[in-house]
Amino acid sequence: MIKGSFIDNLGRVYALYTGGFVVFIILMAILEQLGVSAATIGILFVGFTVAIYALIGFLSRTMQVEAYYVAGREVPAVYNGMATAADWMSGASFVALAGGIYFGGYGYLGFIVGWTGGYVLVNSLMAPYLRKFGCYTVPDFIGTRYGGNTARFCAVIVLVVASFTYVTAQINASGTIAARALLIPFEFGVWIGLLGILLCSMLGGMRAVTWTQVAQYIVLIVAYLVPVIWMSNKQDFGLIPHFSYGDAVARIQELEALIGLGTAPAAEGAPGGVRILQTPHNDPQGGLDSWKFVTLALCMMAGTASLPHILMRYFTTPSVRAARKSVAFSLFFIFLLYFTAPALATLTKLQLLDPTLPTAIIGQSFEAVRNLAWIQNWESVGMLFLADGNGDGILQLNEFFMRPDIVVLATPEIAGLPYVISGLVAAGGLAAAMSTADGLLLAIANALSHDLYYKIIDPKADTRLRLIVARVLLLGIGILAALIASLQLTGILGAVAWAFCFACSGLFFPLVLGVWWKRANAAGAIAGMICGFVAGTAYLYYVYPGGYGGTPWLGIDHLRFGIIGMPVSLVAMVAVSLMTKAPDAEVQAMVDEVRIPSGETILGAAH
Amino acid sequence: MPEIGQETKARHWSRTRNLTILVLVIWFVFAFVLPWFAKELNAFSFLGFPLGYYFIVQGSLIVFVLLIFFQNWRQDVIDDEAGVGEE
Repeated sequence: MIKGSFIDNLGRVYALYTGGFVVFIILMAILEQLGVSAATIGILFVGFTVAIYALIGFLSRTMQVEAYYVAGREVPAVYNGMATAADWMSGASFVALAGGIYFGGYGYLGFIVGWTGGYVLVNSLMAPYLRKFGCYTVPDFIGTRYGGNTARFCAVIVLVVASFTYVTAQINASGTIAARALLIPFEFGVWIGLLGILLCSMLGGMRAVTWTQVAQYIVLIVAYLVPVIWMSNKQDFGLIPHFSYGDAVARIQELEALIGLGTAPAAEGAPGGVRILQTPHNDPQGGLDSWKFVTLALCMMAGTASLPHILMRYFTTPSVRAARKSVAFSLFFIFLLYFTAPALATLTKLQLLDPTLPTAIIGQSFEAVRNLAWIQNWESVGMLFLADGNGDGILQLNEFFMRPDIVVLATPEIAGLPYVISGLVAAGGLAAAMSTADGLLLAIANALSHDLYYKIIDPKADTRLRLIVARVLLLGIGILAALIASLQLTGILGAVAWAFCFACSGLFFPLVLGVWWKRANAAGAIAGMICGFVAGTAYLYYVYPGGYGGTPWLGIDHLRFGIIGMPVSLVAMVAVSLMTKAPDAEVQAMVDEVRIPSGETILGAAH
Repeated sequence: MPEIGQETKARHWSRTRNLTILVLVIWFVFAFVLPWFAKELNAFSFLGFPLGYYFIVQGSLIVFVLLIFFQNWRQDVIDDEAGVGEE
């Protein structure tokens, strides 16, 4: 079924898969009614979906370079869109985004605009041109356009730092979810997560990752949309909540004034990571608030357009036109989740706050709230905390502590949905974290095997050896990332924002100007990569509380250090390019050739 | 495939560049200008949402999706008219 006519049968294969998944959900719902325990259902959900991904990974095994690096360049635009969406939406988007909006209000919404608007940059400045180039990796473009191993090597360094920062966060997230669903300690969960990730990518490289990512997208989007729409219908917020939650926003603003939002926490002894709601849901102040919003959005957008695991997805389409089309579908598929997250955050918050709703807990009897099943479940694992600080027997807003990460995971329980939905959400979160980790690990391993090993160290290596090196690196980097993830050094979201800032500081301008400015040369690109990356990293060290701990300039904190790195990169690149010799006629002709879609790719078919 | 003249190439690229600039201007307005003035826009209401909030959580996102489809449609026309489309 998979061999030969697989591409022709994609629609049928994935329709069958989606149908099978729906049947599986119904089966789980029936088992729940028959009295099977919640824990068993959680294990079945995670086990079943991971087994499917591993099967797809096994069936897509390959020993061909073109298939391993760019999935044979035969992925149709719509499917590449789905795969990119899964590649893109990480554990952070799935698990942490709605919780961030719940707690962060306007300031946090910069992530929503940034992580969608970035695709406009990908489409207009990058994807079609990189596809025309015909490269295998992002440093491949830098190395060929600018010439010389130094530029290639700098690109590899930036890529590895940015992607590695990101991948530890994803392995951390998949470990957390696997640990909860399979009832094992986090340290084991990380290794189980890694095993699942490697099963998908080891044997088939990009080809295997592509087809598992499509499968993972279907799971994650179903798992995100079903609970929100179900909750909305159960609680009478409307059939499709996305277009009608404006009233809920207004109601929350009304309630915020009544229930004393913004007061300090009223209890001691809360476990680490939990917090009370202090930021208004929708209250932009203008001025510095606006500045912080747009700087965050800009870093996330430029980072989107520079992150190699995203850009390399567009190398897999059959044509330039298909690459562009697949950017459009990528953003559409991503949009489905991103415009749901604020609805989820708003409706969940309303359910907890509004005393006229049966799910309300704020302002209710402290004892009654403490006895709710979902409160007890989450409190027992230290992710939620209640304390009647003023001893009046009523739960106040500043006596209710929760970890932002659990908003999405707890929503089905808050709304009183059956447990099968919670199992589905766990499977979705795992799919999101695994698919992103897969893409990132592959981006790192491919850059090291193709650009560092094959192009720089041993250009005579034969195909077999190259693919063995690629797999050994994949395994080694995965193990290293899991080791670091199991130390739990950073929160999921902070690490993700850093990855974007590293990428845009070092790679954004060298990539853009490589296509859009013929005068850009190797010396300029090297200066741009090094200066931008070093300036951004130095500022991060200066401003991060765990580093030097300096005062941020103009509110530019450690989440948006790309704002420092990018201009430095641009100035250095332009200045050094202009001070040194213009690229020769051959390179200029190559840039001209990149700018038109038709004709052969710049790099030959199997380089 | 026939060789494409320098003049055609130059014209193709200048049209591509103009389209890209147009797209980026629209992108800039919805990505930065409207969110910047969210406070002021919140005085208005749209579909029951405060307008500034609406753009950030939904309006700008919809515009981004449509913008990419629009750009691809125009770019295909530009490519085909210059004879450098792939199909």
